[in-house]
Amino acid sequence: MLKFIKNHMESITGIEIYPIVSFLIFFSFFVIVSIWVFKLKKSKVSEYSNIPLND
Amino acid sequence: MKLESFAYDNATVKKFLFATVLWGLIGFLVGLILAVQMFAPYLSLWENVPILSFGRLRPLHTNAVIFAFVGNGMFAGIYYSLQRLCKTRIFNDTLSKIHFWGWQLIIVSAALTLPLGISTGKEYAELEWPIDIAIALVWVVFGWNMIGTILKRRVQHIYVAIWFYLASFVTVAVLHIVNSIELPVSIMKSYSWYAGVQDALVQWWYGHNAVAFFLTTPYLGLMYYFIPKAANRPVYSYRLSIIHFWALIFIYIWAGPHHLLYTALPDWAQTLGVVFSIMLIAPSWGGMLNGLLTLRGAWDKVRDNATLKFMVVAVTCYGMATFEGPMMSLKNVNAISHFTDWTIAHVHVGALGWNGFMTFGMLYYLIPKLYNTKLYSSKLANVHFWLGTLGILLYAVPMYFAGFTQGEMWKDFLPSGHLTYEFLETVHQIIPMYWGRAIGGSIYIVGALVMLYNMVATIKSGSFSKEENAEAAPLTIHETPAGHKEHWHRWIEKRPVQLTLLSLVVILIGGAFEMMPTFLVKSNIPTIESVKPYTPLELEGRDLYIREGCYNCHSQMVRPFRDEVARYGEYSKAGEFVYDHPFQWGSKRTGPDLAREGTGKLKRSDSWHYDHLIDPISMSTGSIMPKYGWLEENVLDASNLEGKINGMRKLGVPYPEGYETEAMADLQAQADSIANNIATELNDPGFKDLSDKEIVALIAYLQRLGTDIMVEDKQ
Repeated sequence: MLKFIKNHMESITGIEIYPIVSFLIFFSFFVIVSIWVFKLKKSKVSEYSNIPLND
Repeated sequence: MKLESFAYDNATVKKFLFATVLWGLIGFLVGLILAVQMFAPYLSLWENVPILSFGRLRPLHTNAVIFAFVGNGMFAGIYYSLQRLCKTRIFNDTLSKIHFWGWQLIIVSAALTLPLGISTGKEYAELEWPIDIAIALVWVVFGWNMIGTILKRRVQHIYVAIWFYLASFVTVAVLHIVNSIELPVSIMKSYSWYAGVQDALVQWWYGHNAVAFFLTTPYLGLMYYFIPKAANRPVYSYRLSIIHFWALIFIYIWAGPHHLLYTALPDWAQTLGVVFSIMLIAPSWGGMLNGLLTLRGAWDKVRDNATLKFMVVAVTCYGMATFEGPMMSLKNVNAISHFTDWTIAHVHVGALGWNGFMTFGMLYYLIPKLYNTKLYSSKLANVHFWLGTLGILLYAVPMYFAGFTQGEMWKDFLPSGHLTYEFLETVHQIIPMYWGRAIGGSIYIVGALVMLYNMVATIKSGSFSKEENAEAAPLTIHETPAGHKEHWHRWIEKRPVQLTLLSLVVILIGGAFEMMPTFLVKSNIPTIESVKPYTPLELEGRDLYIREGCYNCHSQMVRPFRDEVARYGEYSKAGEFVYDHPFQWGSKRTGPDLAREGTGKLKRSDSWHYDHLIDPISMSTGSIMPKYGWLEENVLDASNLEGKINGMRKLGVPYPEGYETEAMADLQAQADSIANNIATELNDPGFKDLSDKEIVALIAYLQRLGTDIMVEDKQ
């Protein structure tokens, strides 16, 4: 994918870093959210998921 | 702890529910009229009636279904669930009123302007600039009311459904504003700020994400509330729902360019769209499974519960459509599916199945609840369910066949190397399928009418409570004990404003990266020396092309395929569209492509176009194009020509300084010459004078199409 982007954007110096940075932002955010989600206490998860049923 | 007493506002919920039923029925009905027009274009009911012509009614259908039916449905569900998930009354009753009436006013103005041909010419964003501004304002009122409610909640954790609501609010705001940047040239006419390739990219970034954030994410929020509610059990996996949320909103925003495969859009942008579309399967199916698995061990409930029945089929349709979508974005599949009825089938599985059935399910849940009674007849609900399901099947299956058939026929060659089929032959082949579609649609509407009857009977048997009393403990902020660091996601969950901002950042990354390069890098849109601005008459003709909604049936984009080049001529280049505010590439070929209409073997005489517009079948036997008789009656209104030329110059179209004063003379000269041609070609010197009529402008525009880069043609 990178080569498609790079060929068209050669005029911007250091441009090839952009997609990598974007990907890293997304990927690390995703990993952090996943880790957080799986470390969540079972009691909390159950409390949260029961919110619609408690009105 | 002392409980606080308060009352939920049910009145606003009720109003939005009624509105969704009313506009839904109207939207469906307009759809049915359009479906019938495809095989009966010359019924006296709509023959030569401008406000009922296909090109003007189709935007009304799409806008009514998306913004009126689904929009009101979404608001009803959000106003109901948000109050209960936050254990508080909606933030401000006045804002609720402004939101409701403002939205209905926008819908009414759409229903009035679109049939009159007042249109920006950009799909699902046809409404003109004053209405665009109203939409932005009412949308802000909605967001304000929602965030205000969340801020005064009595529940610490913000339930995942609300995250979907917030992301929808913020993203739709961004999409609407960016795509609607336009230069007004009169009170009801504007030109898109962007041109050609850039306009296409912005438009489909908008179009794709309107599907994502107007038709999908708010309804996923509703799914996360109403399925657990109706089944009386929590969602299958709350953890999965959080991952579903972040993955979906991040990936969705990148996928827009898959609507522009094989077009003049740069390759890298197309590939980016495909990659992210394939990735979308993961979160979409994660969400679908999460919804369906909520019912594990409780499937027996689905049998007796109308809400669950509708929602299960809705979520299944969502799963089908979100698998099909990525498949259609593969270039080899798209080569066949694009511009055909396959797309129509795909979107209707989404609209009728996912949005329609989710809304119906919600109505079956909410109406009895708001009226403190039982559903009048579960038997009738069952009848509605089966009519609806059958209607979707009978709609979609013929449309898939029509899509495959036409896609294959277009590409078929004889051993001699000639195209096997004329375009019209491919249209005739699928007419029976158009019948099938209309029958399917009618059955779906009958189902909705059965629901209407059932709802009215339910309402009559109950009594509505405007206010619903409730009690809840005030929210105590659980401060993290000193020395303990608060977890960052926990921090975010408690703060709706910050959550909204983070969602905004996430979607902006995708949007900016997708679009920036095309705007910044000149090499992406190579300039072509011979491409010149439209003449004044062509410009007026182009505005008529937009007014009549020609783009609803005709593309202006020859893709680089052997069959398209053989059928239409040289494939389209990015540099040809630099003065097209807005672009008119289209997304459907009910009729043939027009990008090279004025060149090569497609070139016709002025009188051919005249005859064809007045009575299409006189020139193309068996055509299903509407008659445009009014174009030879209406006098061309070029009174704002000066403003239009000045406007175009502001947008970067190189009309020389001062040209606006000479433009009228040029317009008249070209109009006279075309009117003369027609009279001469018809061999009728006494033929009526058409030189001041609209039809001449439209013919001028059609004759111009594609000629810029055809140097030999120009000489």
